[in-house]
Amino acid sequence: MAFFQVENISLRGIAAAVPKFEISNMDYDYLSEQERKLLIKTTGIEKRRAVKDTGVTTADLCQASAEKLLNQLSINREDIQVVVFVSQTPDYFLPASSIILQNKLGLPKTCIAFDIDLGCSGYVYGLSVVSTLMNQAKLKKGLLLVGDISTDGTPIEDKSVYPLFGDGGTATLLEYDESAEKMTFSLQSDGSGYEAIIVREGAKRKPYTKESFDLVDIGNGIKRAPRNLELNGLDVFNFSVTEVPKNISDFFQKTGTSAESYDYFVMHQANMIMNETIRKKLKFPPEKIPYSLSKFGNTSSASIPLTIVSELRNKVSSPSSLLLSGFGVGLSWGTVSLKTKGLVCPELIEM
Amino acid sequence: MDINELIQKLEGEFEDIPKGALTPSTKITDIQGWGSMHALIVIALMDAEYGITVKGDELRSVQSIQDLFDLAKKKQAAL
Repeated sequence: MAFFQVENISLRGIAAAVPKFEISNMDYDYLSEQERKLLIKTTGIEKRRAVKDTGVTTADLCQASAEKLLNQLSINREDIQVVVFVSQTPDYFLPASSIILQNKLGLPKTCIAFDIDLGCSGYVYGLSVVSTLMNQAKLKKGLLLVGDISTDGTPIEDKSVYPLFGDGGTATLLEYDESAEKMTFSLQSDGSGYEAIIVREGAKRKPYTKESFDLVDIGNGIKRAPRNLELNGLDVFNFSVTEVPKNISDFFQKTGTSAESYDYFVMHQANMIMNETIRKKLKFPPEKIPYSLSKFGNTSSASIPLTIVSELRNKVSSPSSLLLSGFGVGLSWGTVSLKTKGLVCPELIEM
Repeated sequence: MDINELIQKLEGEFEDIPKGALTPSTKITDIQGWGSMHALIVIALMDAEYGITVKGDELRSVQSIQDLFDLAKKKQAAL
């Protein structure tokens, strides 16, 4: 297991943006009323936000978040020496969205910029990469931009994915700070489960054909096109409730900590039944677990920072000990513990 | 583990089912309103209550509640 610590890096602030357009799962008429109620109770997802046909991209949501955060913290943009964009919904196949954002955000040409292609685990992975790079190269400040637009790949005709996902983009500012407490990471991968959450067509293994866009009846009242997101919910459930508690129990042992050592445990917002199973296995009391699922659904890589902004922004303004865990598509999962000394989280942006 | 206990737990999870509606021979897919959410709930129950992992394919191959119980017992014995 990749278990390591990073010194000298602190989190200064987190901002998040979601689209204004709201979808309520109670209005989802591909399910009966009874099915809708069971869905909402089991997944915890009542409402979601979608970019719809506005043309807004993940990079736009991240850019808006970064602008607000940098302005509120009065950051000199010349000091930002690395910008990393973590997403599976970039603006273009190439170039990397982070490089376009370097220019749009007015960051200097001395800035390192690159993308990371990860989903649900992406925030934790992104923190590990940016903090390690900043510590090693003694970079003053860094921006981690994380998010996804999942709603355009989850058609209304596919009840196995449509009610679950929402869109969001976030920005996190990290700073070189010799007084910062260590961040501790544990990162894992298992590519044998690559088909559990997959978009099969559109890239190089299976380039688009005309048929990639045609909805196919796959039974159980589900229609999906090969370009759409395919999710094996039961396999993902079993993976998450087995591997995540194992990873974190091991993390507790290696760090000499337990659920009591942390003020908040912020999980990737997958669905309520899965997250609650993980919570119970790790013996975290409910009050330490923030959920934004009911408002935003599963926002892929954005879910951890979005939940911090939406549920904890006033609480993390005082020093806090956080445990963050992302898990899903890949399969990929990771945990980080970190201490914040007054995190600045501007109010959620709706655009 | 006891099959009546499993039935009670299933009836507790599926609120719309009256007590006593399920028997060992009830076909799982005949449970009122059966769908993917129910499958998820059964898998979560197996994990939480019995500490076993029932895969999606395994649940699909199971016919009755008795079959589910037998599968769970076999898995528990192999722990």
